[in-house]
Amino acid sequence: MTNPRGRFGTHGGQYIPETLMNAVIELEKAYDRYKNDPDFCAELEQLLNEYAGRPSRLYFAEKMTRDLGGARIYLKREDLNHTGAHKINNVLGQALLARKMGKTRLIAETGAGQHGVATATAAALMGMECVVFMGEEDTRRQALNVYRMRLLGAEVVPVTTGTATLKDAVSEAMREWTKRIDDTHYCLGSVMGPHPFPTIVRDLQAVISREIRAQILAKEGRLPDAVIACVGGGSNAIGSFYHFLNDPGVRLIGCEAAGRGIHTAETAATISTGRLGIFHGMKSYFCQDEFGQIAPVYSISAGLDYPGVGPEHAWLHDCGRAEYVAVTDEEAVCAFEYLSRTEGIIPAIESAHAIAYAQKLAPSLSPEQIIVITVSGRGDKDCAAIARYRGEDLHE
Amino acid sequence: MSRIAKAFENGKAFVAFLTCGDPDLETTEACVLQAAENGADLIELGIPFSDPTAEGPVIQGANLRALRGGVTTDRIFESAQRLRKATETAMVFMTYANVVFSYGAERFIRRCREIGMDGLILPDLPFEEKEEFAPLCRKYGIALISLIAPTSEDRIGMIAREAEGFLYIVSSLGVTGTRSEITTDIGAMVHIVRKNTSIPCAVGFGISTPAQARQMTRFADGAIVGSAIVRIIEQYGREAPPLVGAYVRRMKASLSEPGIEETHP
Repeated sequence: MTNPRGRFGTHGGQYIPETLMNAVIELEKAYDRYKNDPDFCAELEQLLNEYAGRPSRLYFAEKMTRDLGGARIYLKREDLNHTGAHKINNVLGQALLARKMGKTRLIAETGAGQHGVATATAAALMGMECVVFMGEEDTRRQALNVYRMRLLGAEVVPVTTGTATLKDAVSEAMREWTKRIDDTHYCLGSVMGPHPFPTIVRDLQAVISREIRAQILAKEGRLPDAVIACVGGGSNAIGSFYHFLNDPGVRLIGCEAAGRGIHTAETAATISTGRLGIFHGMKSYFCQDEFGQIAPVYSISAGLDYPGVGPEHAWLHDCGRAEYVAVTDEEAVCAFEYLSRTEGIIPAIESAHAIAYAQKLAPSLSPEQIIVITVSGRGDKDCAAIARYRGEDLHE
Repeated sequence: MSRIAKAFENGKAFVAFLTCGDPDLETTEACVLQAAENGADLIELGIPFSDPTAEGPVIQGANLRALRGGVTTDRIFESAQRLRKATETAMVFMTYANVVFSYGAERFIRRCREIGMDGLILPDLPFEEKEEFAPLCRKYGIALISLIAPTSEDRIGMIAREAEGFLYIVSSLGVTGTRSEITTDIGAMVHIVRKNTSIPCAVGFGISTPAQARQMTRFADGAIVGSAIVRIIEQYGREAPPLVGAYVRRMKASLSEPGIEETHP
């Protein structure tokens, strides 16, 4: 490898226009300076604990465990964070870093709207300007989140290019960043894009596995046998996996969105159906045609409806440390309903992909074994869309 | 002398960009030949990409129209091969890294050589990542064109020293597309370039009028125009070739006229 910058095996890198190079170099320098700075870390921890409500609970799902009749199931309740998802962990860190860098404006992409809401929240808290790019299709699927962002003082720009979903929102946010760099930080929402974003976002989300580790040791006196999380770009999954990477006894399982199935064109399961490519600043796996045109992917979940996957996941797949499975819309919707009825917890439709796979895995394990599922977000935002999926005429 | 070097021998160079296959390859070829006959010194052939992150709305639109029309990398190679038989004007491909990577970098770059292309511009391949393709480009004699931007600052020297073919100076922040005003100090950028390399430099992004082209070439060796040409093609479709020719003739002529600055000091 001639250029080790931000590489995970062959994946990662910095495939971006020259216009942005000094911006990402400046970001990397600032991050290296502050990531171990005691004042910065104390300030971030204060925000995470007092404002976002960390640590999030590790909840023993007793009814689900009994019902599935296999492994003991714990739910990592990222849905209980302020703004309702894990996205706030990353955003508070990046917003704080941006402020240290003298930036006064945050821009972001969003799919389901959770990252946009989190960014708008941090911007409101820190007195920063905020612009969120969201695919027009997603502004319809997630109308409530659009309102929340506006309520928080952010400008929401509907993106009409391409498939008008998450990938187009990322493209548009990147374009906006090349227009205005001086006062603007691009608050990327997942472990993707050019170096140093995959590393920064991973480090900020690693709080999830740091807590799981301590909590499960306190409750069970041992590490889990499997950790399961959904994967779009992959930030809650990498956050859930990170502190178990060196524990080979812990299976790490990422659940991709298969949409209508991995043998149809209407899928967003990148690792199952994509191949190696270069897009959105990184080398990784992408859903694409034979000439490298990025495929118009599909999932019922706006947050997983992305044709790529973070470079560290691509590498964890290559080296076999993590397993990636595909979960269909129908399976995810059933899991959404199942967790609601069984535990009284309505998960985000994204997180429901992880629940669905756990429903398959748990019965095959013994009652001594332990599964941790990360519930990355709450499902209120999805209720209208799932009702419509089930044929109810419900509109927000 | 290479065709790219020759392109900068005829006064200030006029570089024309077109998106291949918008609205169809036959029209693209006719536009290229019209541009070449009317004074374009170098042609950038855009291979469309589904998600062109460095482009503004005009060229994004052309990319999507071309892809919807069914154009593929293979069909563009055939088209460029026909063009090479008809003209000796320098031609480079401009596309995105994934189009080359996905085709197989060596297969793509060898094919460029076989059909007589002169260079390759990839806006999402900065200096730090150019080794992805640079060794193959050297092997097959294809100039991998480097870009510098108004934000490059301390990077200009490093990029210029390793630049090949010509250096593409991005005139302003943001994406491609016409602008009413370009305020970047191009002279200062060119000054650093000259200290580090003898290869020519051309300015692109935002140029559409003769006055802007003249202004940009006060210091640089050429002006690159994309969106303004693509817009003519968008508007006139298959009727566009003679209009593209007339536009190129006017722009090239303006580059050899004395500028306003010189006549009215």
